[in-house]
Amino acid sequence: METDTRSIDREALAQLFLQWQSGGKRIVAPKRINGKTDFARVASLDEVSLDRVQTVQSPKSAVFPRVEELFSFLSRDGKVEIRERDLAALPGTVLFGLRPCDAAAFASLAAIFTWDSPDSLFSARLANTVVVGVSCPRADEYCFCTSVGGGPGAVTGSDILLTETGSGVFLAEIVSEKGRQAVHGADGLFGPAAGMDKEGHLAKVEAAFAKERIGPALASLFDDAAFWEEQSRRCLGCGACAYVCPTCACFDIQDEGGASGKRLRCWDSCGFGLFTLHTSGHNPRPLQSQRWRQRLMHKFAYMPERQRVLGCVGCGRCSRACPVDMNILEHVRAIAEAKP
Amino acid sequence: MSPADPFKPMLMKIEQVTEEAPDVKTLRLLFADEREGRDFAFRTGQFGEYSVFGEGECTFCIASPPTRPGYIECTFRKAGRVTSALAGLEPGETIGFRGPYGNVFPIEDWQKKNLLFIAGGIALPPMRSVIWNVLDLRGRYKEITIVYGARTVADLVYKRELAEWAQRPDVKLVTTVDPGGETPDWKGEIGFVPAVLDKIAPASRDTIAVVCGPPVMIKFTFPVLARLGFAPENIFTTLENRMKCGVGKCGRCNVGRHFVCKDGPVFTLAQLQEMPQEY
Repeated sequence: METDTRSIDREALAQLFLQWQSGGKRIVAPKRINGKTDFARVASLDEVSLDRVQTVQSPKSAVFPRVEELFSFLSRDGKVEIRERDLAALPGTVLFGLRPCDAAAFASLAAIFTWDSPDSLFSARLANTVVVGVSCPRADEYCFCTSVGGGPGAVTGSDILLTETGSGVFLAEIVSEKGRQAVHGADGLFGPAAGMDKEGHLAKVEAAFAKERIGPALASLFDDAAFWEEQSRRCLGCGACAYVCPTCACFDIQDEGGASGKRLRCWDSCGFGLFTLHTSGHNPRPLQSQRWRQRLMHKFAYMPERQRVLGCVGCGRCSRACPVDMNILEHVRAIAEAKP
Repeated sequence: MSPADPFKPMLMKIEQVTEEAPDVKTLRLLFADEREGRDFAFRTGQFGEYSVFGEGECTFCIASPPTRPGYIECTFRKAGRVTSALAGLEPGETIGFRGPYGNVFPIEDWQKKNLLFIAGGIALPPMRSVIWNVLDLRGRYKEITIVYGARTVADLVYKRELAEWAQRPDVKLVTTVDPGGETPDWKGEIGFVPAVLDKIAPASRDTIAVVCGPPVMIKFTFPVLARLGFAPENIFTTLENRMKCGVGKCGRCNVGRHFVCKDGPVFTLAQLQEMPQEY
């Protein structure tokens, strides 16, 4: 649909929150909790904290929970009964206050989960989620959205994108049909957007590398063991980067609760040595340098080739979270600039 | 299986448990839901995710041939949590199965050719499916040779079927055990599979070779096949990377940009030569 551009002030936005809630939707937004800003359920707009560049965790758990029940089972007298999830019972959610990088990440996640076969739980959660992005007025040294096809005011992935234009007034771009549905019946809360400027209220993020260089550079660097050893020398294999990443979606499947229990899908990481370990003891990626290479190849070479989408949105969370200060921007820039 | 629910397994009733070798068992599985059983179709080379409820899932090929519908079989070695639980199950008990997944051995393309099967140890199961498949369609293929080795005589799996193949005039079976693995009455070869292959030197002309075995066996078998004149595109193998989802999502079975679960498990040597050594 064509983007419908309006304005909304803070007071009206608070009203819109109430309207969403009375319509049965829960609102999940950045919230200050124990000195950190993270996505959590909020009761009102007053609880929303938009003053940080980024939350610590990404919002991916809204569509891909850290631990998710796939189904449960009941074993009795040698017989097993499987109880499927009731997809209709999944909560309707307004995911509010995502930065445009996080909103763009939903396209990467959708590509991973549905590129070749359906994924009912993921798709049901995504269909039940209205993404309300908020443009970035500030960036930090870890941000690089503009190097990977995004931008501080990019609408991709948002159903509605808000840009604060000062004095508590937001420019509201209603981008998708889902966004239009979410403001249906709330016309009175919006004003016209005539004469409002968006660009002047966005952070400046300079492009740091040419993304079209990355795929070919990675292909020629694949067998350069010394390069990957140098790149990954500090890596502890802790997996923090994958856990905070908005697009990392590698998972494990585990049972819990004994013979009458649940089958769970859980976050996992290609950075862990156990990830690919065979029962025999053989490991196709025994070295941390090979696992680091896999992480970069997957995001910047394999996903563009197989799923036609980059596996990185430039949010910079992995760099902020890394306990040994590995900065993905520096690593990717080194790849882009490597002599073939 | 509803395609919208890719992780929900079908329920399978264990009909028969066969002890193949120390810690190696074959389960014959019947579909608990008759309609699911009627609708189930697979082709040789494909695999599935087998689950013991409460313990988890593990990945094995379907070891029975599609020419024998109504049931599937899997053969596994008791090694980890799920296989240990599977090994403790009795006929009548219920497990989960989802599949079939992955690509297939292109046996239609192999018609009117000689077939050479080379297997080591617990890697005979993926080959057993394709061997029975072509034996059930015997008239379509020319000479069929099977070279199978294990560490010891006790470790040879499918002993009853090896005896049956040995009896058949239309199959040439060569069995071998590693030096020191023989028993006093052992009548087969003694030596590693690549060396035995080198000795019997099967002709490569109009012949497809299928190789399944531990990585070290495969590593030393490929050069022997090359010396015998087999072209890389006429040598097939299966990769056995660790998997969880089986459907190209969980991220762990990839070899470079290839998903073993989607693009494999069957690959030709020509394909492997273009792929990174991540298997």
